[in-house]
Amino acid sequence: MKRRDFVRKSAGAGIAAGAAFGFGGYGNIMKTHPEAPAYDMIALMGGKPEAMFDLGIQELGGMGLFVRKGQKVLVKPNIGWDRTPEYAACTNPALVKRIIEHCFRAGAKEVYVFDHTCDNWTSCYKNSGIERAAKDAGARVVPANSESYYQEISIQGAKVLKNARVHSVLLETDVFINVPVLKDHDSTRMTCCLKNMMGVVWDRGFWHRNNLHQCIADYALFHRKPALNVIDCYNVMTKNGPQGVSKEDVANLMSQIITTDWVAGDAAAARMLKLDPSGIDYIKLAHSMGIGNMNLDSLNIRRIKL
Amino acid sequence: MNYKRLKRFRVIIAAIFLVLTGLLFTDIRHIIPESLFNLVLWLQFVPSAVKFIDAGEAAALGFMAVLILTLLTGRTYCSFICPLGILQDISGRVGGIIKKRFRRYGYKKPHTVVRYFILALTLAVTLTGGIFLLNILDPYSIFGRSVTLFAKPVVLWINNLMASAFHLFDSYALADIRIPPFRLMVYVIPALFLLLVGFLSLIKGRLYCNMICPVGTLLGLLSKVLVFRIRIDGQKCTKCGRCAVACKSSCIDFLNKEIDFSRCVVCFNCVEKCPDNAMNFGIGSLRKKETQFDPERRAFMAGSAAFLLGLPVLQNQDKSVRVPVPVKASTVKEPRTSFVSPPGSVGISNFTSRCTACSLCVSACPNNVLVPSFKQYGITGIMQPYMDYHRGFCAYECIRCLEICPAGALMPLLPEAKKLTQIGKAVFIRDNCIVETEGTACGACAESCPTKAVHMIPFKGNLTIPETTDDICIGCGHCEYACPVTPYKAIFVNGNPVHTAARKPENVQTQLKHEDFPF
Repeated sequence: MKRRDFVRKSAGAGIAAGAAFGFGGYGNIMKTHPEAPAYDMIALMGGKPEAMFDLGIQELGGMGLFVRKGQKVLVKPNIGWDRTPEYAACTNPALVKRIIEHCFRAGAKEVYVFDHTCDNWTSCYKNSGIERAAKDAGARVVPANSESYYQEISIQGAKVLKNARVHSVLLETDVFINVPVLKDHDSTRMTCCLKNMMGVVWDRGFWHRNNLHQCIADYALFHRKPALNVIDCYNVMTKNGPQGVSKEDVANLMSQIITTDWVAGDAAAARMLKLDPSGIDYIKLAHSMGIGNMNLDSLNIRRIKL
Repeated sequence: MNYKRLKRFRVIIAAIFLVLTGLLFTDIRHIIPESLFNLVLWLQFVPSAVKFIDAGEAAALGFMAVLILTLLTGRTYCSFICPLGILQDISGRVGGIIKKRFRRYGYKKPHTVVRYFILALTLAVTLTGGIFLLNILDPYSIFGRSVTLFAKPVVLWINNLMASAFHLFDSYALADIRIPPFRLMVYVIPALFLLLVGFLSLIKGRLYCNMICPVGTLLGLLSKVLVFRIRIDGQKCTKCGRCAVACKSSCIDFLNKEIDFSRCVVCFNCVEKCPDNAMNFGIGSLRKKETQFDPERRAFMAGSAAFLLGLPVLQNQDKSVRVPVPVKASTVKEPRTSFVSPPGSVGISNFTSRCTACSLCVSACPNNVLVPSFKQYGITGIMQPYMDYHRGFCAYECIRCLEICPAGALMPLLPEAKKLTQIGKAVFIRDNCIVETEGTACGACAESCPTKAVHMIPFKGNLTIPETTDDICIGCGHCEYACPVTPYKAIFVNGNPVHTAARKPENVQTQLKHEDFPF
C-alpha cells in the first residue's frame, strides 16, 4: 500500500469512526453502545493505582463498554519528562500497565502507547518505567520523536488551532484512552486531560506562540476524542510543575478519576490541586465551546473510598 | 615461519580497529557502552598524548604504548591502528581497481623538507599558540570529523529509509532519527581534507602519511632504532623489484636492498609479494648498514629548532572568544557575550587548549546539542564543539560526552556533580517574550527548566511571566531550545567563560492532602 493511499484510507477510517462516535459530545457515543456507563465520573481514593482502576472501571460498567473485540486501542499516558516514577512527572507505570491489561481482556487486538516527549524520548520512555510496563502488558510502544510519524489534520470550529499534525497512531486506532497524570503547571496552572494532548501533536511551539489556552481548548474539538480519561492522582506534583525539582513537590494523594468527559475530569482534577476550575482559562474556554461540562454539581459522580 | 601470513594478520587487526572506531562515530542509537569507547580509543596517539600532557592522567598512557610499539616494530600504528591510515589503504585498493597503474608504486625519494617542516611547525604552534594546527592535521581527528559529517548522515538516512519501510508494514522496530542540518562553514575543512587524503591515497599510496601527517613523521623519526624490522635476505633477493612496486610508502630501494624505515608503515605487502621469499620480519638486520646521515635533514632540523625558539611571539595570540554578530534583524537580538562550552570542559580556554576536534562527542550526543564551531571560539577553535541551544539542549541526567572524550578535554563528572556545574546562565529578554508582546500564556521555558532557575511569576490578570534565578541555573539551555519565539529567542544562555558551581535548588515538602473528595 502506498503511503498516500494509507494516509487517505486511515483519514477516511478516522472520519468514519469519528462520525460513529458522534461530533456532539458523549451523549451520542452511548447510543452506539448496548449499554451506557453507569456514571459520568468515578472518583476513587485510598488505594493503589491498579486496585483503584480495577474497581473504578467495574463500577463504570467495565472496559467492554469502550473497547470491543478486535479493536485497536491507543493508551496515551504522559511520558513527557526524563524522570523516574517517584517524581510523578509522568503517569504511574503500574496504572498504564493495568489499563492495557483491561483493554486486552476486553478483546483489544492491539494496544499502542506513545508520547511526544519534551526530554530525549528514549530516556523518557525508559526512565519513566512506562515502556517496560506497557511492553510487559503486551502493548506496542511506538516512537513519536520524528515529524514523519505525524499527519496533517484540520480541526472544525477551532478559533486558532485550525490545523495540526497529529501522530498517525491516533488516527489509525479505533479507541483512544487518555491517561494523564495530574500536575501543577507553571504557566497554565495545571496540566491534566486536555493539556495531555500536547503530546499527540508535532508542533507544540505553535500552541505556545499562539495563545496557549485557546489552542488547548481548540484541539479538544478534533473528532478523535478519548473514549475514556483515566486521571492518575496517586502521586501528584503540587508545585514546580510540570517537571518538578525534587520529591518534596510530590503529594501522595492516592486518588484516581475516571471519566468520559475530559472537561469535567480537568475540573475535578483542579479541585484536587485546590484550584478553582473557572480560574483556569482553558477549562473555562473548553466549557464555553461545548466540549464538556466543568460544573461538577450537575454531573452524576460516584465517589469511592477504598 | 611463514612470513607471508603477516599481511593477513595486519589486515585483520586493521579491519577490527577500523570497524570499531567507525562504529563509535556512527552509534546513532547510543547503545555502545562508554567503556568500549575508552578501550578502542586508548591507543589513538594525539588524543591520548593531549590527555596525558594536559591533564596528567596516568590512564592516558596509550600514546606511550604507541611510542614503545614504534621503537620495537616501526610505524605499526599507521597500518594497524590509525583509522585514517586504514581508510587510505582501502582507498588505494580502489585506486588499483580504477587503474592498475595507480597501485604500482615504486621507490621515490622522501619529501624530507616538507614533512619535517610540517612536523616542526605543528609542534611549534601547539607548544606556543594552541592546539588548532594539531587538530587540523591529527589523523584520528580527521577520521572522526569525516565520519561524523559525511558517513553518519548517510547511516541516519539509511536508518530512516528502513524505518519508514518498516512503518509501512506497521512495525516500529526502527525509529526515525533526525539528520543534523548541513552547515557549510563546518564542512569546509573536513571536506578539503577528505578530498586531499582521498586523492593522494587513491593514486599515491601513503603519500599523505609520509609527507603531511605530523604523527607519521614523528613516529618515522623514532623508527631508526627498531628492534623488529622487515629484512631483505641478500642471498635470496634477485632484485626483481616487486616489493618496491607493491610498497604503498614507496620506501623500498630494491637495487640497494634498503628500506627507509622512517616511511615504512609495516604493512607487509612487500613480504607477501616477494617471489623469492627473500623478505622476512625479525630482530635487527641481516646486512650491517653503515650509518648514514642526510645532511639536508640535519640542516633542516637545526633550522627548525631555531625557528621554534623564535616562536614565542605567537604566544600573545588573543585566546578570548570572538562572538559573531547576528545578521538578521529582529526585535531584540540576544546580547551574547560568550558561547557555551560543554560540561566537564572547566572553561573555554581550558577546553580549546585540549580538544582535538575529533567530533566524537558531537556524534555521541543523544540530544544533538554539540555542534562543531566555526567562529564561536575564534577561528583557531574551528571545529571544536560548542553547545548550540537552538538545535538541542543538554539533558539534565546525561553525561555521555564527558565519559567518552579521548583527549581529556571533557573531564568526567558524576551526574550529581554535572547537575551542579554552571556552564552558563539563562538571560530573559522580556521584550521578545510572548507573554509581554501578545498578552497570552506560554511558559515553555519555565516548564523545561530542570532546576526552576527559570520560573513564572504573576503578570497581568491570570498571566504569568518568566523570571530567572542565576545561582541555581546550570546553563543546560532547555529554556532557550523550548522558547518558541523566532528568530531571536526571548531567553538564552550566556556562556560562562570559566564554569562555576551552581547552588542546589532548595525545596520544601508539599503539605497538600485531602481527607475527603474536594468536589
